[in-house]
Formats: sequence, C-alpha cells, structure tokens
Amino acid sequence: MKKLFKEFFKGIGSENPTFRLILGLCPTLAVSTSVINGIGMGAAATFVLIGSNMIISLVRRFIPDEIRIPCFIVIIATFVTIVELTMKAYAPELSKALGIFVPLIVVNCIVLGRAEAFACKQGVLASIMDALGMGLGFTLALVLISVVRELLGSGTLAGFLIIKNFEPVLYIALAPGALLVIGLLIGGINYISRKGRAA
Amino acid sequence: MNKFTVSPSPHIKSDNTTKKIMWAVVLSLMPSGVAGIYIFGLSSLNVIVLSILSCFFTEAVFLKLRNKDAKTVLDGSAILTGLLLAYNLPPGVPFWIPVVGGAVSIVLGKQLFGGLGQNIFNPALVGRAFLQISWPVYLTAWKNPKWWPDAVSTATPLAKEGSSHFSYMDLFLGNRSGCIGEVCVAALLIGVLFLLVTKIISLEIPLSFIGTVGIISWIFGKQGFFKGDFLFSVLAGGLILGAFFMATDYVTSPLTKKGKIIFGIGCGIITAIIRLRGSYPEGVCYSILFMNAAVPIIDRFTKVRKYGLVKK
Repeated sequence: MKKLFKEFFKGIGSENPTFRLILGLCPTLAVSTSVINGIGMGAAATFVLIGSNMIISLVRRFIPDEIRIPCFIVIIATFVTIVELTMKAYAPELSKALGIFVPLIVVNCIVLGRAEAFACKQGVLASIMDALGMGLGFTLALVLISVVRELLGSGTLAGFLIIKNFEPVLYIALAPGALLVIGLLIGGINYISRKGRAA
Repeated sequence: MNKFTVSPSPHIKSDNTTKKIMWAVVLSLMPSGVAGIYIFGLSSLNVIVLSILSCFFTEAVFLKLRNKDAKTVLDGSAILTGLLLAYNLPPGVPFWIPVVGGAVSIVLGKQLFGGLGQNIFNPALVGRAFLQISWPVYLTAWKNPKWWPDAVSTATPLAKEGSSHFSYMDLFLGNRSGCIGEVCVAALLIGVLFLLVTKIISLEIPLSFIGTVGIISWIFGKQGFFKGDFLFSVLAGGLILGAFFMATDYVTSPLTKKGKIIFGIGCGIITAIIRLRGSYPEGVCYSILFMNAAVPIIDRFTKVRKYGLVKK
C-alpha cells in the first residue's frame, strides 16, 4: 500500500513530468494559453495515461520485446481516439481550442515514457497509480503555467475578466511567452527545492 | 577578485574601469537625448527619466536579492541600459511602458544570466523586443517633431513608400518622426566622435554593419535592382544608434577584430532582410539580438594565435 502511494506522489512532486522530467513540452507550450485549455488537455492526457498504463501492464507478458513500441502505440491510439471522439461530441468548443494536440497525445512523451519505463515492467495496480500521479502532475503543471499566462496574457482567468483596465502582455500569450514562463517556473521550483534540501 | 588576465601576451595595463567606460558612454549619448527632447518636446524627457529610474531600482533590488554589493548599481551599467532603452522608444508612449521595459531589461536581459558581464543579449534590446511584441500599438505610434503643423502620429520614414518625403538633411538633423534617440544623426555622431577619440569603441562593428545594410539596400532596394538608396537606408531608422552604441557593447560582441567584422556583417544582412522583406519596418533591434546569440561561436572560430606559437 505504501509503495502504491509512493508511485502516486512521485508523479506530482519529485518526478513531475513537466517540471522535473521536462517531458511532453509540445502540448504544454501550445495549449497553456488559457486555464480551460490546460485543464482539458490535462484531463485528456490523464485518461489516456490511465487506460494505456492499465492495458499495457495487463498484456505485458504477451507483447514480444522486439515490437513493443508499435504495440504500445496501438493501445495508446485506441484511448486517444476515445478521448477525441468524446470531446468532439460533448465539448466541441474545447475540442476546437485544443485542435491537433488531442490526436497528438498518441506520441506524447509522457504517455509513451510511462508505458516503456513503468507499465511494461510493473503490476496493474502500481501502473494505474503511476498513471494517476503522472496525469495529475501534468495537469497541475499545465494549470500553473496557464494561470500565469492567461492572467498576464489576457487579464482573465478561466474566461472571466480579473484585472480591469489592464493592457494584456501579448508576449506572454504568444509562443515565446510559454517558453519564458515554463523556464522561470522550473528555475523557481529548482531554487525552492534546493533551498529546502540545504536547510 | 581574479587578478590574473587570461590572454596571450604582450599585455598592456590600462586604468580603464567598467565604471569609467559606462559613464563615458552615458556622456556620449547626451547630445542625442538633448536633441530628442528638443525635437519631440518634454514627453521624451519623461520616457528617459522613467526608463533610467526603473532600470536603476530594479538593478538595486536584484543585487540585494542576490546578496551582491548593492553599491555596484552605481557602476553606470544599469543607467546606460535605461538610457539606451528610452532612446529606442517612441516619445509618446504611456508612462508604464518604459517602467515595465526597464524592469524586463534588467531582470530577463541581465540579472537572471548572472549580472554585468554574464548576459548573452544586450539588455536594453531585450526590453525593447519584449515591449515591441507585447504592445505593438504603442511602440509604433510615432510622434511628429513638435514644429510640424499636424501633431497626428505617422509612420517612420522607413515605413513610407520611397524616400521622397525627406531630404538627406532632414534625416541627418532629425526633422522626422522616430524613436527618441535615433532621430538626430548629427547629435549621435558627436557622441561617436567622443567614443572614438577616447578609444572606447572601435570601428570594425559599426562600419561593417552600416556598410552591409547600405550595400544590400542599394542592390535590392525598393526602387529597383542596383537603384536603392544607400544614404537613406543608413540615415533613416535606428541604424546609427544601433551600430555605434548597441552592437558595440563589450559583453555581447566578439573579442577579436575578425570576429567583430563577421558580427557586423551578420547584423547588417539580418537588418536589411527584415527591412526589405520582413513585416517590421525596422530590423536593427532584432538583428543585434540574433547576432548576440552567435557571439560565442564567432569567438570560438576567430581565436587569436598565441604570440610566438608556430602553426603546425
């Protein structure tokens, strides 16, 4: 039980996919312009992670080692298709905003990385906990980045106007702003964690 | 402090210090500032003062945060950054533009890299590029000289089709719209003369930079093949200010003569391409930033041969 919780919390903290492993930056850079997009992307990736990690862990003994990556991709693609079609049916606005980045979850480094590094070696329960932690860590990171970017880049939060008479910093809303915000957040988190370790 | 100089001999000892050089450059920029205030009115002075104050206080706060000697803020480098940033802004911008720009220059352009001497990019240009991308409307609202009948904002001469509106004399003396510090070429050249006489800057970067822009504009100019306007491309826009005062920044330019010439030509090519084919009317700022990024590699390929060393 203790081990399961460890697998869960490492994805949020010490092995956070965005801030620690620096994986899956492509969708992070692209969709973190608004909090809604961030949460949508995080939820979609978390669902795919849980599904793929579970199935891959179940069938890990039947997958021939030589062709394991194509097998992983087929399994991941199944779940991505489920997410994509569901999103198109029930949240067309979000689907439009996220665009190509939902189908691109198929080749997301986090999902494939967890399949390769964790799920194909571990039991089902541990794999699910790992996926939950990683998914939640990814979602939290996306929310953190998109809160900063939406607040500074358009003066709103989840679509509501927060700061009146504010001239939005267009730089933050554009692509270079995403790199800047992520870099500063990683730097800040490293600084805080190093200070904590030294004390 | 590190008292050993790592470079091939012979060495000459000089009593030039960072502080002296920084204040000398600030002094050399004064005529252009006076001209800018004279041409556009007191709003230019506001922009200059706010930009300098913002840089000064941001630098002081950050030095304190990084546990450095806060007195180093007086070495003039922050004030120079503020001055250069203000010179690159149009005179009529809202008061918070130079304040934000100064803070961004110092924090993102300089202190996060490790302070003076460690920055990869020219801090003033980092601030200017940030402002240009973030608030393009304010950064392109040019004011006319105050003696012109219509006070409505217009485009810079560079953005106009052709160059028939301005005589070379207008451009040379600053009888046009533009950024505070770039309009009066005559005043800038007084400062350049001072810097050359005191040997603070050398001519390699500015000449290769300006020459390249002029020649490319002449060959591929808007008037036709080999019919472009050499002098116009040099005098209009911020080329003189950029080439003499910002591309020559010690920290962000190559060390060797050969490297400096390569740097200048690179700046020139990028400036000319942005001016002639890009969506911005002016490319001096971005070209210097681009070439700043290339400085380490230029330095690596233009290493000086050690004195007395035989090539194998």
